[in-house]
Amino acid sequence: MLGIYDNEMKLEFVSKSSNEAFARISVAAFASQLDPSIDELADIKTAVSEAVTNCIIHGYENTIGIVKVECKLKSNWIEIQVSDNGKGIEDIELAKRPLYTTKANLERSGMGFTIMESFMDELKIESIPNMGTKVTMKKYITPLDDKNNENMSIANQSKQKEGI
Amino acid sequence: MECIYVPQDKLLTIKIAEEIDENVVKKLRRKIDNEITRFMPRKVIFDFSNVSFMDSAGIGMLLGRYKVIRMLGGNLELCHVNKQIEKIFEISGILKIIPLIKDNEIYEYGGKNVGNI
Ligand SMILES: Nc1ncnc2c1ncn2[C@@H]1O[C@H](COP(=O)(O)OP(=O)(O)O)[C@@H](O)[C@H]1O
Ligand SMILES: [Mg+2]
Repeated sequence: MLGIYDNEMKLEFVSKSSNEAFARISVAAFASQLDPSIDELADIKTAVSEAVTNCIIHGYENTIGIVKVECKLKSNWIEIQVSDNGKGIEDIELAKRPLYTTKANLERSGMGFTIMESFMDELKIESIPNMGTKVTMKKYITPLDDKNNENMSIANQSKQKEGI
Repeated sequence: MECIYVPQDKLLTIKIAEEIDENVVKKLRRKIDNEITRFMPRKVIFDFSNVSFMDSAGIGMLLGRYKVIRMLGGNLELCHVNKQIEKIFEISGILKIIPLIKDNEIYEYGGKNVGNI
C-alpha cells in the first residue's frame, strides 16, 4: 500500500448513524501523527462527520450499505476520501449551495458541504446517480515548529505589552 | 442533561451533554420537546458548556426547536458555546435569530434543577 505517502489507512463500516462518532474519532486519531492543533483536529472531525453522515442518510437513505473512509498523509497534509455506493447526486453544484437540502423534512440544514468547504483546504465531489458518491478533502497542517514560533511571538508580544 | 427552571421568569435552561451529530439529534429532539411542552417557558436557554462536538445536524435541530418554542410564544438563546461550534453557528448565520448570550445569570435568579433528562 505504501507509495508516495508517509502513511495510509482505510476504514469500512456499515451505514449506521452510530458509526459517525467512530469514523470521526478514528480519522482524528490517525491525523494526530501530523501534530495538528486542537482547532485543526476539530476541523477534521467536523468535516468527516459531515461527509459520513451524508453517505448514511442521503447515499443509502438509512438502508444498509458500506461506507468507506480512506486517509493518506504526507509531511504537512492529510487527504480524506469518504465514499458510498448509494443513490448519487444529480446536480453537484446545486447540492453544494448553502442551505440546499433534499431532506428538509428531517430538519437537515443544508450546511454540510459548506462546512466541509470552509473547514478543509480542498474539497472535491464526484458522483454518479445510482452508482455512488465520493468526497475528497485535503487539509494542510501547520508544522509544529511554526506553531511554536507563533506561540513564541504571541508570548513575546504580550511580554512587550506588559513591559517585561 | 440537566434542566433548570425559574418559575417567576418562565425561564427553562437545558444543559445539553452530548456530542451533537445526526445519531444523537433524534433522541435530543424528543427529550427537549418534552421539556418545552411540560413547562411552556417564555424563554429557553441551551447551555453548551458540556457539548464538545457539534456538526450541521445541530443546526437543523436548533432551528427545529426554535420553531417549536416560537410557536408556543417563547424565545431561544444559547450560551457557553466553544470556539469550534461558534464557527459553525457563524457560517450558518443562525445567530441572527438564535442569539448567543455571554453570561447565563440563571443561578442568580435562584433557578431549580427540575430533572435530569
Ligand atoms: N453521499 C451522498 N449521496 C447522495 N446525495 C448526497 C450525498 N451527500 C450529499 N447529498 C445531497 O446533497 C445535499 C446537500 O448536502 P449537505 O450540504 O450535507 O446538506 P444536508 O445533509 O443538510 O442535506 C443533500 O441534501 C443531498 O441531496
Ligand atoms: Mg449533510
